[in-house]
Amino acid sequence: MNLRPDPTFHASPKLAMQAPVENYAFTVMLSPDGSQSDGIAVIDLKSDSKTYGQIVHQVIVPNTGDEFHHFGWNACSSSLSPLSGHAFLERRYLIVPGIRSSRIYVIDVKEPLKAHIHKTIEPEELFAKTGYSRPHTIHCGPEGIYVSCLGGGGKDGTDGPPGIFIMDCETFEIIGRYEMDRGKQDKHYDFWWNLPQDYMVSSEWGLPPQFENGIVPEDLLSNKYGHSIHFWDLRARKNVQTIDFGENYQMALEIRPAHDPTKSYGFCGVVVDTTNLQGAIFTWWRGEDGTWQAKKTITIDPRPEDPANLPPLLQGFGAVPPLVTDIDLSLDDKYLYVACWGLGEMHQYDVSDPMNPVLAGKVELGGIARGTKHPNGKGFAYGPQMVEISRDGKRVYWTNSLYSTWDDQFYPDDEGGQMVMADVGENGGLTLNKDFYIDFPKGLRSHQIRLEGGDCSTDSFCYPSV
Amino acid sequence: MLEDMTSVTALWGAVILSGIYHGINPGMGWPLAVSAALMERRHKALPRALAMLAAGHFVAMIAILLPFSLMIFLVRWSVEIRIGAGLLVIAMGIYLLINRRHPKILARVHPARLALWSFLAAMAHGAGLMLVPIFLGICAVPPEDAGHVAAGTLMSGNVGTAFAVAAAHTLAMTLSGGLIAAAVHAWLGLKFISKTWLNLDLVWAISLIAVGAFGVFSAYSGH
Repeated sequence: MNLRPDPTFHASPKLAMQAPVENYAFTVMLSPDGSQSDGIAVIDLKSDSKTYGQIVHQVIVPNTGDEFHHFGWNACSSSLSPLSGHAFLERRYLIVPGIRSSRIYVIDVKEPLKAHIHKTIEPEELFAKTGYSRPHTIHCGPEGIYVSCLGGGGKDGTDGPPGIFIMDCETFEIIGRYEMDRGKQDKHYDFWWNLPQDYMVSSEWGLPPQFENGIVPEDLLSNKYGHSIHFWDLRARKNVQTIDFGENYQMALEIRPAHDPTKSYGFCGVVVDTTNLQGAIFTWWRGEDGTWQAKKTITIDPRPEDPANLPPLLQGFGAVPPLVTDIDLSLDDKYLYVACWGLGEMHQYDVSDPMNPVLAGKVELGGIARGTKHPNGKGFAYGPQMVEISRDGKRVYWTNSLYSTWDDQFYPDDEGGQMVMADVGENGGLTLNKDFYIDFPKGLRSHQIRLEGGDCSTDSFCYPSV
Repeated sequence: MLEDMTSVTALWGAVILSGIYHGINPGMGWPLAVSAALMERRHKALPRALAMLAAGHFVAMIAILLPFSLMIFLVRWSVEIRIGAGLLVIAMGIYLLINRRHPKILARVHPARLALWSFLAAMAHGAGLMLVPIFLGICAVPPEDAGHVAAGTLMSGNVGTAFAVAAAHTLAMTLSGGLIAAAVHAWLGLKFISKTWLNLDLVWAISLIAVGAFGVFSAYSGH
């Protein structure tokens, strides 16, 4: 407990944008075959430092086979609401789940160069207390830390529906399940919320047998992955509305609500439309009558390609699907970044009018049957994937691995983990930074990035930007 | 007589001061009034939110003071009651000193239900208890008069005093918190919230112990 609120807590998104820039990044390192231990790489982002853009510390866990994926903070700017009662928490711990092992590590990063494991929660404890498995998205919210899980109980995670559980934000004890009434929700992926407006939105990837050993083409072509998003009365823990995008909109993944809490809209990325291989972004919003609406506002076309250049999985289609696998919204709610992991492109959309996004910038890097090189001449395995934006919106960082088994299906010839950064122009536009290129240690891939002091996909704000 | 007057004045002063103390503490809610005004983009939302916070706080004060004002008709045991009350307040302080965790139930309250939140926050933090020794001090009847006053009169007088104490305290709290909320909303900006919020948990717990000790002491010394 501090005597003053943590200096990285900001009342509004605008104040967070004006705060000092990030000094470090924390990036997941994962061993795709479980032959090594996974870890968190601490990366120096101080532009005047001799070790700028290098991994300066690693927290390597003692187990193997965890498969790190997403992770998050124990506390964020939402602590500045008196309603939370947590104004004096420190933003100090990263909650890092193993999506394959269901083990959860709490890593103390108070001193980034001495970051170390603070606590480990074994999978058995998670199973016993929640009946959930495969923990994924982390957000700090009312009552503690919320964690979404992709699996239910049982060996293959299909015994009962997956859902969210709550963890104490000081002791990291698992408290129990979140849901009181889950309605139609039977799959899970991401979730986020608007705390003052008291709603939560959750999304769907698929059940563990649909992703753990690779994508199941038959399931995809018969539209069996998730295609709905769920709206919740956050504090009543009740699913109040489910919107089905349509069964062809397979894999509704990242949920990105507007950061300004006065706004009642957000975005959700859909990996692939099975009717035409397009990638899609839906804008969801609360209508005049209080019910939720959603509309497809961005489509990204596939690129025709000679089947000879394609992995076996895609040869029948003769095209490269964009594969929208991650999206991220800048703190001023102006730019939405869309990772097209299949095409090998990072798109920047001006979403000042959320119903009419306009493509403002684009970077090509990697990609199926294209493999665009980085401006420094080096290769980039797979395509742009997990994307994180600096608080001030001027730098966009991303890594390249989607998920171990899926990487191997879509990019059978690629291997490696990279993290790059692009600079954002004054009036939009995106340019890869020639000097920022991190090659991860051999045998390790990279996934989600967290920025010291918070970033554009962690903090929830309880006061509007004025 | 004059001495009684001054001590009663001092006790009323303590009622007002404790109100200001609760009011300026962001944990008791004034930032929620700022948030409400900004969320609704209307100045009017600020006084409305303050009124809801005040209502919740007032009810929490009354909920604690009323039982004590009814008990006072047991004039014969007034000293014992005051000592017991003082010890209770000390116990609450010690509890908060040891248990520094925030009650989770508060996070389940809908953000628009500010009155309910304010009530629960005041109860959970023993805000009403802090007033009890002061209130009992104000109600205390000099021992020589005790036999002459009818219990009924005494009780109705004390009920009135309970409402007056709760009202004065809540008014002071609302004015001080409201002043800060309005200033932050109009001039100081949101940065003021994180810059000036001090962790008063320890001070708060010690305040309860101090007020409780004062209650026990004043009961013994006959004031």
